[in-house]
Amino acid sequence: MRMLPVLTRLAWRYLWRNHRRTIIMVSAISIGVWAMIFMTALSRGMVDQMIEDGVSALPGHVQVHNKQFLDDPSVSNRILISDAELSRTFDSADFKAWASRVKVPAVISSEYESRGVTLLGIDPVAERAFGYLSYDEVEGRFLEGVDDNSIVIGRKLADKLETNVGKRVVLMSQDPENEIADRGFRVVGLFNSDVPGYEDGNVFVGKKAAQKMLRIGDTTTELVFLGDSYRNVEPTYDRVVASIDGTLDVKRWYEVATYLGSLLKVMDGFVMIWMIVIFLALSFGLVNTLVMAVFERVREIGLMLALGMKPSHILGQIIIESMLLLSVGLAIGNVLSWATIQPLRGGIDISIVAQGMEMMGAASVLYPRLYVSDMILANVIVLSLGFLASLSPAWRASRYEPVEAITKVG
Amino acid sequence: MNIVMRLAWRNLWRHQRRTWLTVGAMMFANTLLVFMISMQFSMYGLMIENTLKLFTGHMQIQAPGYKDDQKMRQTVADIVPLAASLRAEFPDEKIAARGQAFALASSEDRSYGIGIFGVEPEFEPQVSSIPGLIKEGRYVRGKNATEIVVGAVLARNLRVGIGDELTLLGSGLDGSFAAAVVTIVGIFDSGVVDVDRNIAQIPLGAFQDIFFMDGAGHQVVISAPTLDAAAAVLPKIVAAMPPGSDLVVHDWDALQPGLKQAIKADMSSAFFMYGILVILVAFSVLNTQLMSVLERTHEFGIVMSLGLKPGQLGRLVMLETTLLGLIGFVLGAIGGVLLTSYFGVNGLSIPGMEEMAANFNLPTRVYLEATPLSVVIGPSVVFLFTLLAAAYPALRLYKLHPVEAMRTN
Repeated sequence: MRMLPVLTRLAWRYLWRNHRRTIIMVSAISIGVWAMIFMTALSRGMVDQMIEDGVSALPGHVQVHNKQFLDDPSVSNRILISDAELSRTFDSADFKAWASRVKVPAVISSEYESRGVTLLGIDPVAERAFGYLSYDEVEGRFLEGVDDNSIVIGRKLADKLETNVGKRVVLMSQDPENEIADRGFRVVGLFNSDVPGYEDGNVFVGKKAAQKMLRIGDTTTELVFLGDSYRNVEPTYDRVVASIDGTLDVKRWYEVATYLGSLLKVMDGFVMIWMIVIFLALSFGLVNTLVMAVFERVREIGLMLALGMKPSHILGQIIIESMLLLSVGLAIGNVLSWATIQPLRGGIDISIVAQGMEMMGAASVLYPRLYVSDMILANVIVLSLGFLASLSPAWRASRYEPVEAITKVG
Repeated sequence: MNIVMRLAWRNLWRHQRRTWLTVGAMMFANTLLVFMISMQFSMYGLMIENTLKLFTGHMQIQAPGYKDDQKMRQTVADIVPLAASLRAEFPDEKIAARGQAFALASSEDRSYGIGIFGVEPEFEPQVSSIPGLIKEGRYVRGKNATEIVVGAVLARNLRVGIGDELTLLGSGLDGSFAAAVVTIVGIFDSGVVDVDRNIAQIPLGAFQDIFFMDGAGHQVVISAPTLDAAAAVLPKIVAAMPPGSDLVVHDWDALQPGLKQAIKADMSSAFFMYGILVILVAFSVLNTQLMSVLERTHEFGIVMSLGLKPGQLGRLVMLETTLLGLIGFVLGAIGGVLLTSYFGVNGLSIPGMEEMAANFNLPTRVYLEATPLSVVIGPSVVFLFTLLAAAYPALRLYKLHPVEAMRTN
């Protein structure tokens, strides 16, 4: 340990003895590190947005249904607990937000066209916090309360139905006895949504209006809860499970939207693989540089050993050289990635491939996300694998026979 | 082998470890590139084929605007005779007419809104894979039979089986109330949940009766033997449209715009990654060749004073690099082909990817195929960049002065 400052100084000087080689290697490491972090930030941005949009459109981090409902989404499979009782259980329970809602498949018809939609009977006040729609951006107005007898539909759906604010549409679904349940609603608002498919497929009416139309009293089909973040849903999940009838089906968001859940896992795996692949591509050059650095000073190493330097010091010196090289590369790479991601924070327009992104479930503006944890991961991977890669050349250097090494013609 | 060649080959092996490490970097990149590019090509091919085969076909004749709005009244008039005359004119293409409407389908227990397709039972199997995916019962028969096939998920949701009746409620072409009772004769299972939940098919004649179509339909689906043949026949089909009609012919790219774009988006991110990989390899080569030139400065000084020109030495360095690059090319390509072939025989399935695969109509296990293009393209780019990287050390030779060079050691 006493020798560390000396060895470090020696290693640093050796590094710059062949400055061209060092500069080339530092550039390669910088580009590699930049690519690791930059690419990860882009992919993170895309996937996070897909997941956040998807989770908010679900909505909520935890959902409760009747056990049969997800497989057979019919009012017959509703939650047989009255709204009044639900309020008694959950209003005082201090969730970030919760709501009960009616969600059933229905058919919407204008005088020209019919389409299949999901009918959502909601309490607009309770659901504001879920944030899947910005009420203020609705063209016309959004629903005003649970008793609101009007309907709000998506802009795209309105175009297809050739209807508009102020016109009437008819909703058709079934009641628990499988009698056709239908009634007319006046369109009061049109919403836009970035989430693919959302605009075409969802219509909103007041919860009480939906319950009356479907003849289900004051029961609902779905309870939704919001926790602190979609990455940490366990506390919310546990509390919901604890406070509700065990015959109901409580699910975390990634169990409801399994596509999004698997996406999150695939993404974490991808980041790791990408960083390791880049490192492997770098490692050949790194080892090569070290091998050359040792080779061209065999005589010096022999001389140092002959003068009494311990082999472990030679080993240490080569490893320090490698670590210094990597650190300089990492520093530049980190700064470079930060400097390139920062100006792109406002979003990258990728609308030329918007419909392709839609197939994947992503929006057409990409916001890169630089995670500190990803940055740390990149640095840790480069330093730790770099350490391993430099062991072999360093070990060879420390094993030279002093006399042979000094007399080597080189 | 001539003398220059022999010289270059020997120079290459002066530092065995260094040469192998550089070749190793190329091999690593090339193997990975061959494998990744083969995988991409295989998947893209499957994505396009499976998506189009399922339902869309290679092109469709529709009324203007129908593609985006799918409104009931955007019809193709006299659709059955039109399809028949096209069939006579284009014997190589598979052609079938369809009508499409939206209706509430009710069984005893359940009601769901679904898309009802009127199809020509004798021609539909040629343009769509759905008739072949019947897992229970049979496909619809006859022109006017009031029978229906439904997707497996829909059958489960409606709680119905073969022989049960469904009531269809919707609106006809003229906006009037349309209703009918049809019998379920078959259930198909495509594996694509959206299709299995939302689609039902009835004979086109019955469809036209129920929805008051007056002989009209919505789409004529055309499948060519291959994608390329489809592109070639498209203009001929456009020319064969009845005079005075405003019908449009959409190719598959217009019908499924997401498909090509998804491929494009995937390609651009993949090419970014490949580019980085190639650049890193190029740096590795640059480093090696620069070292090998610098350490021979003394030697180069001597041969130059003996009369060798810098250009000749430059060519020597480039030849060395070419040899280096060729070894990396060949070994990497072999490695890539081996890796790809392994997954060609055993199939590739990535755990956790099943759902993503289903989104793109991909099977969970993909059998990869290495094509000449997918094998050559990656290593060729690496080779090119290898040569580019060696240009700097080679050009430095022109600045070499023999006497000064001989003094360096």
